[in-house]
Amino acid sequence: MSVLQEISSNVKNMKTLEYSLLARWTKQIKEDLRQGVKKPFKEVIDVSWGDPHRGGVKPLTFVRQVLAACLYPQLMNGEKLPVDVRQRAQKLLDGCAGWSVGSYSATGGLPEIVQRVSEFISRRDGGVPSNPENIFLCCGSQWALTRILNVLVNAEAPYPTGVLTPAPCYSTTTLSIEGLGGVVVPYYLSEERGWELQVEELHRALESCKGACHPIALYVINPGNPAGQVQSRKSMQEVIRFASEKRLFLLADEVYQGCIYGEKEFVSYKRVLSEMGPPLSDTVELASFHSASKGFMGECGLRGGYVELVNLDPAVKKHIYTLFCADSSPPVLGQIALDLMTNPPQPGDPSYLLYYQKACEVINSLQGFSCQAVEGGAFAFPRIHLPAKLVSLSGVLASPGSDYGQEEGTFHIRFCILLPHDVLGELLRRLSDFHTQFMKDFS
Amino acid sequence: MTSLAVNGVTCRGKVLTLDSMNPNVRRVEYAVRGPIVQRAVQIEKELREGVKKPFTEVIKANIGDAHAMGQKPITFFRQVLALCSYPDLLEDNKFPEDAKKRARRILDACGGHSIGAYSASQGIECIRQDVARYIEKRDGGIPSNPDNIYLSTGASDAIVTMLKLLVCGEGRDRTGVMISIPQYPLYSAALADLGAVQINYYLDEDKCWGLDVTELRRALNAAKQHCKPRVLCIINPGNPTGQVQSRECIEDVIRFAKEENLFLMADEVYQDNVYAKGCKFHSFKKVLFEMGPEYSSSLEMASFHSTSKCYMGECGFRGGYMEVLNMDPEVKAQLTKLVSVRLCPPVSGQAMLDLVVNPPLPDEPSYASYVKERTAVLAALAEKSHLTEEMFNTVPGITCNPVQGAMYTFPRITLPQKAIAKAQEEGQAPDMLYCMKLLEEEGICLVPGSGFGQKEGTFHFRMTILPPTEKLKVVLQKIRDFHLRFTQEFS
Repeated sequence: MSVLQEISSNVKNMKTLEYSLLARWTKQIKEDLRQGVKKPFKEVIDVSWGDPHRGGVKPLTFVRQVLAACLYPQLMNGEKLPVDVRQRAQKLLDGCAGWSVGSYSATGGLPEIVQRVSEFISRRDGGVPSNPENIFLCCGSQWALTRILNVLVNAEAPYPTGVLTPAPCYSTTTLSIEGLGGVVVPYYLSEERGWELQVEELHRALESCKGACHPIALYVINPGNPAGQVQSRKSMQEVIRFASEKRLFLLADEVYQGCIYGEKEFVSYKRVLSEMGPPLSDTVELASFHSASKGFMGECGLRGGYVELVNLDPAVKKHIYTLFCADSSPPVLGQIALDLMTNPPQPGDPSYLLYYQKACEVINSLQGFSCQAVEGGAFAFPRIHLPAKLVSLSGVLASPGSDYGQEEGTFHIRFCILLPHDVLGELLRRLSDFHTQFMKDFS
Repeated sequence: MTSLAVNGVTCRGKVLTLDSMNPNVRRVEYAVRGPIVQRAVQIEKELREGVKKPFTEVIKANIGDAHAMGQKPITFFRQVLALCSYPDLLEDNKFPEDAKKRARRILDACGGHSIGAYSASQGIECIRQDVARYIEKRDGGIPSNPDNIYLSTGASDAIVTMLKLLVCGEGRDRTGVMISIPQYPLYSAALADLGAVQINYYLDEDKCWGLDVTELRRALNAAKQHCKPRVLCIINPGNPTGQVQSRECIEDVIRFAKEENLFLMADEVYQDNVYAKGCKFHSFKKVLFEMGPEYSSSLEMASFHSTSKCYMGECGFRGGYMEVLNMDPEVKAQLTKLVSVRLCPPVSGQAMLDLVVNPPLPDEPSYASYVKERTAVLAALAEKSHLTEEMFNTVPGITCNPVQGAMYTFPRITLPQKAIAKAQEEGQAPDMLYCMKLLEEEGICLVPGSGFGQKEGTFHFRMTILPPTEKLKVVLQKIRDFHLRFTQEFS
């Protein structure tokens, strides 16, 4: 019989998240509610995932109409669907083998979609060129990140491979590194300074690798998860110089680039790198990740993401391509979601007004939110105690801060804020009531 | 590593090079989308640009993609998916009630009633229940527990996940994984990536690609010298060979796996693709249980299925599942943890899988058209399987085993010595030389047998039987003509 001793040690080393215990309790609580057991709340608000649809945000009509037409082209007969929907579906299907979204695509994605994604990137970055050959569409950005990490983490090297990651950090990233046999090297973001990334801390983290692991990559997430901070251009330049000096491969997770609130602006690592000019712009190796899961589209379940590679060794890129080949191709509907995200309806298109109205609704619901200075991203990360009590007493499922890495002696929860206005209001009420009561009980 | 100071900033060699990258990744190959396909894509580009060639299109008979070759999706499945994507359509009376019922059920199980929400990592619960019920029905009532079902991004995702879980140990204790030769190169790619030891067991071409336990034993005993064999993978119906294992053979394999304490991985994605008279699909699980509790309560196994093949051919949805049996609970907990890292399989793929395992019932409005479409697809594949075998066997120098199942033919080609010598000079596998030439001269893209593994000194190619019948006849004729020319040219 296969026993625990006889399975991959990399898999065993992956931390078991406290969240999984909370999720099991929540399942039981939901079952109790279904059975009519009386609780201080009528339903559980699950804000543990960065999942707008789960939180009640409605999908964008244009997106879903195009998907439906691609799935069942008979819908394009007649005038029921707006003309721009029909045209877009037609164009997408023309790019699919056998005119079906059920066919495999090329490994990196349907070529026409990859082309349009590269044009989006270039537009976003003020004209910095983007080559479709450096872009791979994937089954979600996490899948792409795991594949790139797979290339970086060398299990046969004398020292284990280290990847500098922020603390706090999105748990899936740290688990991916551990699962590949790599070592997570945390650099602590400064909570007192709005979760700022400080270069001195990067230096300290790198020092800590001596004798323990061989650091090969630096992972940054901007806007941040869980903390929602948006990096300044100056900070990004410091990171790039650090990566160059210390010979680190830069992994830039930018999936929340569509979620910026307040006055800060998102600028991509690729753009900052390009504007710093040679030699940095020609040498720093970078992988940037984006996805259709976040922002006001929030199509997490469709699994649409991409990675863009910058300044990679062409021989290595060939191997990356072959690695992606063994995955066949990314889900076609996810690719379509990416296409719609990067090429939304334009002014004058029949679907334009409705599309932007819906998009603004999501962003505007966050106007009244001021518990922390959340500059971007999909989450808030306030300090609070005992997430277990939170779910059983208030019916709020949030993720425990311990799963993300936090300074010793501090406690946090992470919860998603991409919610309809009324749900967000209810959530905040429950959180503040819980906190007040908790402090009373334990003072 | 060179460093030159320019304006005070050092230039340097790359951080990520062939030397510094994961050496396992360097060893990964995947012939189905390999160099020959890249050349085919290039040729298509040239054709589009107006370059003159002896053909007007490239026929991509390299990949098991039915829709790409003109097969139509099952109407009912697409109706339900459209309803799930754009629920406003639930008000449209052009959609049948049974499609709407299934769409509502799927949406009720999704977060926020949207297929755009993440699902649980193991997959949507009611879909796992439907999968369990399908398995029970298929296997004559043998119970299936939904908790043992893991939905996945195509079967490939589940296969790789299981291998990731099972591969461990160092040096002589490194996990060895038994795989058939010829094999579907996902297995060799995954084993290379994981640094596992690949243990080849040869299928017998002279016995219609049959599997003999003595060969399993030979391979295992040889492997014990340098690794720890722990897993046995079998593909039934086979890819690329198409053989459908007999019940006796499956029993033999199960007995062998139990004796040698091996984890059995049964890839059954072609379970509906059975064409030859006298052949029948027997699921490993069913046979296992019918062998009695001595086996069914102890043998550890994972079975895999997918939405990509059979009669639906929905590759682009990346829908699949695995069912695990007799897994140690602590190991299962590790498996559950591992799948959580990729968040969840595409929800649209999960929905598609739900329809495959829960199609219209005889008393439902869409039943008649569903059965008609399904029967037509499978009948066409059966016809093409016979046609292909017959045609290839008329060509001197090509011998073709019956295509008992799956979607491919893997004929053996006799190559003139001069051609073999030329290939060796060019550092190419001889069947790659053959296939490349076929591509350049006739615009037909096949995969050389070297990409799947074959007995030393033999050569093959894998061709799909997916093109529409009339086109397939043309393809077969062209290959015949090419083979005769090739033999002549290198005589």
